[in-house]
Amino acid sequence: MTPRDTGIPQLLAAKEIVVVCGAGGVGKTTTAAALATMAAVHLGGKVLVLTVDPARRLAGAMGLAGLGNEATRVPAEALAVSGAEPRGELWAAMLDTKRSWDDLVRRHAPDVRTRDAILSNPLYRNVTGKFVHSHDYIAMERLYELHASGTYDLIVVDTPPTRHALDFLAAPQRMADFFSSRLLRWLLAPYRSRLVNAASRPFYQLADRLLGSAFLRDIAEFFILFQSMYEGFIERAQAVERVLGDRRTTFVVVTTLEAAPADEATRFIAALADRRLHLGAVVLNKVLPVELLDPEATAAARALRSRPGELADELLADASVAEALLGAPSAEPADRTLVARVLAELGESFLNFQVVATREAEQRAELGVGAEVVTAVPSLETDVFDLSGLLRLGRQLWGGGAARR
Amino acid sequence: MTVGLLDRRLLFVTGKGGVGKTTIAAALALLAAEQGRRTLVCEVDAKGDLAGSYESGDIAFEPRELHPGLFAMAMDTEASLREYLAVQLKLPRFTRLGGLAHTFDFLANAAPGVKEILTVGKLAWEVRERHYDLVVVDAPASGHVIGQLQAPQAINEMLSVGPIREQTGWVLELLTDAATTGVVVVAAPEEMPVTESLELVDRLAQTNIDLAAVVVNRVLPELFGRAEEQVFERLARPEPAAALAAAAGPSAVAVVDAARLAVTLRRTRAGHLARLREGLGPSRPVLYVPELFARSHGLRATRQVAGALDAELS
Repeated sequence: MTPRDTGIPQLLAAKEIVVVCGAGGVGKTTTAAALATMAAVHLGGKVLVLTVDPARRLAGAMGLAGLGNEATRVPAEALAVSGAEPRGELWAAMLDTKRSWDDLVRRHAPDVRTRDAILSNPLYRNVTGKFVHSHDYIAMERLYELHASGTYDLIVVDTPPTRHALDFLAAPQRMADFFSSRLLRWLLAPYRSRLVNAASRPFYQLADRLLGSAFLRDIAEFFILFQSMYEGFIERAQAVERVLGDRRTTFVVVTTLEAAPADEATRFIAALADRRLHLGAVVLNKVLPVELLDPEATAAARALRSRPGELADELLADASVAEALLGAPSAEPADRTLVARVLAELGESFLNFQVVATREAEQRAELGVGAEVVTAVPSLETDVFDLSGLLRLGRQLWGGGAARR
Repeated sequence: MTVGLLDRRLLFVTGKGGVGKTTIAAALALLAAEQGRRTLVCEVDAKGDLAGSYESGDIAFEPRELHPGLFAMAMDTEASLREYLAVQLKLPRFTRLGGLAHTFDFLANAAPGVKEILTVGKLAWEVRERHYDLVVVDAPASGHVIGQLQAPQAINEMLSVGPIREQTGWVLELLTDAATTGVVVVAAPEEMPVTESLELVDRLAQTNIDLAAVVVNRVLPELFGRAEEQVFERLARPEPAAALAAAAGPSAVAVVDAARLAVTLRRTRAGHLARLREGLGPSRPVLYVPELFARSHGLRATRQVAGALDAELS
């Protein structure tokens, strides 16, 4: 393995925004936190990790009581306690969807009356509070805002757990499309003028019958108010898209080597290419050790499984080995059975895990194409739940990431 | 359990992404069908994973019988709306397809919860009409499922009149009847899945929807008993290690290392399992499904999981 200039450290040093994405449950949040922690410790500068996961998991991992919508600095002592000499600062923030939407309205509303009318509209409160789709747009919007503020040298973003990992990429465009859609104008027309044209009348009759006119009025009011912010929104959505496509932004795709997440990662990688977005690295998380595929180890495991009694006899024939294993120089028949059981179990377990490792190797071969950096993180023996854990994982990403094609 | 898990009529199977939610839903439905229940299994996030679990080819909105008594469908909210308008509201099929698609697009984007209510409404309708003995839903992941289950309530609060409001009434009744509807939370014995499962169970407790069971997937088998574990630890000592290498080949050390990883993983997972049990309390039913060292996630694996669930339930 020769050193190259395309490892994880180089990627983090060269970029300003790292968007970490992948299917649910692959370790996205933890990977994002580990990347940010390593960047803050080793590269310096002000590094922010922005998590959009409503489960508030990152807070615990970073030793913070709770992450608000405002960025919080992870105390330097906390980083130092974990055995690291931090060169930079680590900040963390969580995305509060509701608050971010409110901020957005405050920023774009043409006047105080419109602002208050929107904020108190029942539909607005439902859209922003209860339903998850609003996550996608607001996450990208907030990222843009933070980046534009110029406060941070590097922002690592953990993406929302969308149904499809790509949803958030399309969110700014969807938002722009929606506000300029003919249907929206259609719906709003009767509330602007009393003339309902013949084409839309059946639609209103149907909608009225299904939903009741009070609800329709709420919807109309909501969108008429929202349209006053149209210009601002469109402009913003386009700016957000530009930032995602900027060369200072890169995407890191995280996946395990199980079938479903790996398929999603494959689709995601293709979609990034379609949109001409930069794929910085593919992180293969929780990968079993390659030794499980070693042919000689396999032969040994098969021997252990098929003739454990014989091998136990061989071991116990040597009195000093018997003493080391059993605490007594000579073995009883029961001891022999015990040792044989252990040996058989060793072989069985190895061959079991080998099945999984083989599956993983196949997935890996399918996935590895096209990415400049593919880094594998071994299945860690313990979980990551604190800063030292993040650093441990970070070192795996850092070192293991020494660019393998 | 007051009502047997599979004796309910509507089960929403959810869990954190990556814990094997689809596999468990597929296995529960297969088991129910094999026990003689006419069963419908529905994939809500049309990702195609359910088709993979049955090796059945594409699954569409129109239910298809895959095995005797086992029907599978994939939710399509637009098709659900069309069916709703035609079958339940008995509106003439006056809308041209294009017109409806536009209207739907608009409605789904504008009015919150429309997609959710069309999903839950359709499933509840299948239950009410007694088309099936049991409907198993491969529901959205834990972050989204509460929003979906609460959509009828939210719509009910937003609309004051109209046929949709009347509809949400009976849907709500059906969802909140514990003998009829239950949620199955799938967890894996790992740090975050356990945390998220406990959070979900808490949030569920604040709704009127019953938790039917928690299924812990991928429980690793215990490799060694206490006496065996001691022998295993001592195998790492220089003399036994050398003897083992001589007997079984020099690569035997890799076999021992792999077993050590397995033992450690299991120990870590056992800790999370204990935390889950403690967090759930004694009254909530927990089912265990062992880690399958399967070649792939097809019908064979689904059958194995169904077998494990059967053993847990009986």
